[in-house]
Amino acid sequence: MKKIITPGEGLSQYGKREIESTERRLFLRQGLSLGALALLSGCNVTEQEDVGKMLHVMSGWNDRAQALLFDPAKLAAEYPESAITKPFPFNAFYDEDEVPEIDTADYRLELAGLIRDRKPWTLPELYALPQVSQVTRLICVEGWSAIGKWSGTPLRTFLERVGADTTARYVGFKCEDDYYTSIDMATALHPQTLMAFRFADQILPAKYGFPMRLRIPTKLGFKNPKHIRAIFVTNEYPGGYWEDQGYNWFSGS
Amino acid sequence: MEVAQQVRWVRIHPLWVRITHWLNVLAVVIMVTSGWRIYNASPLFSFEFPSSLTLGGWLGGALQWHFAAMWLLAANGLVYLASGVASGRFRQKLWPITPGAVLADMRAALKGRLAHDDLAVYNAAQRAAYATLILALIVLVLSGLAVWKPVQLQELAGLMGGYEGARVVHFAAMTLMVVIVIVHVVMVALVPRTLPTMITGRIRSGS
Repeated sequence: MKKIITPGEGLSQYGKREIESTERRLFLRQGLSLGALALLSGCNVTEQEDVGKMLHVMSGWNDRAQALLFDPAKLAAEYPESAITKPFPFNAFYDEDEVPEIDTADYRLELAGLIRDRKPWTLPELYALPQVSQVTRLICVEGWSAIGKWSGTPLRTFLERVGADTTARYVGFKCEDDYYTSIDMATALHPQTLMAFRFADQILPAKYGFPMRLRIPTKLGFKNPKHIRAIFVTNEYPGGYWEDQGYNWFSGS
Repeated sequence: MEVAQQVRWVRIHPLWVRITHWLNVLAVVIMVTSGWRIYNASPLFSFEFPSSLTLGGWLGGALQWHFAAMWLLAANGLVYLASGVASGRFRQKLWPITPGAVLADMRAALKGRLAHDDLAVYNAAQRAAYATLILALIVLVLSGLAVWKPVQLQELAGLMGGYEGARVVHFAAMTLMVVIVIVHVVMVALVPRTLPTMITGRIRSGS
């Protein structure tokens, strides 16, 4: 029997209404620019809000278009190890010297929301899960791309093992660096969507997301959260750090 | 008064041409200015576009504009291509294009002696420019799709050398399109009576 649980206490500080109002404020503040104002010269504040709303509606339309275009069986290209980009770029919303330090012994992966078995996982337990590797291209929303090798457990394997409701709409992630994001269930179940514990055959270095990051070769880089400390399954739109500021939510490749 | 009454107006641009032309202007202006802002987030080459010429304010805003206007560009472009083929206008106005005639017209244009007296007939340089512009826009849309969906549309992206190749193709097609548009706008400034014609569709007969 399916039991509906609200997306975990401790995870619920991002209430839906709060996200929506934050989203709107950010859209109004950042969705428009001098260029837009020049283009629509003479427009007043109400018209600016209308333009922001129009762009927001179009972004939602693009989410639906991309969900339709997404083929769960289509695999991203895999490359030979000789194609790996060296050095692999560091990228975050903060500088490299601000990367969070996480204590291996204290680390617990928390689970919440529509998941049957929500006991926290230690790192040795996670490392004992079945592991696969992939050499794939990470494409950043900024335009650059880089090829890397990641190893870990397919998210699908993990979600099935903990009894997640895979008919739910979203899988959300909360990170040690206060980053947060969410993905559609179809992508969460894609065979190349990994909970990655290793990069270039080494334990995931701090700058690439120790102890665990998500690796999704069918989505842009910012949909690949690092330093994950909680995973939750929900039907309520969870948004994301960049998504709430205006990046398209689906952002599929 | 009697003279005025004898003036005959001839429609040379049907309504669908004028509507799709101006919708395309709107879509292309949004796509190019937001595209330049997106380019600036990770420049392919060692230059950036001046921020004042870009749309969106920041990368996220520019992407919103780009991914909103792409639907207008593509839908309007499909209507234009379908109408152009179905009506026979492409064959009638843009064909034939012979390299000799195009070169001769370009030489004449550089000397300031290119004739465009009858607005209903395109000279060889115009035919080549408009046909190239249509092709550039088709390549822009296809390479844009490849950059947007390099996994879901990997067969298309593969034709351009994958994601990074598609970025270069997208940039090159944009450059070609912008150059043709600049020449086009300069030509309109030199022959200003072409501008109202693209609004009303009409010319005075014999003018």
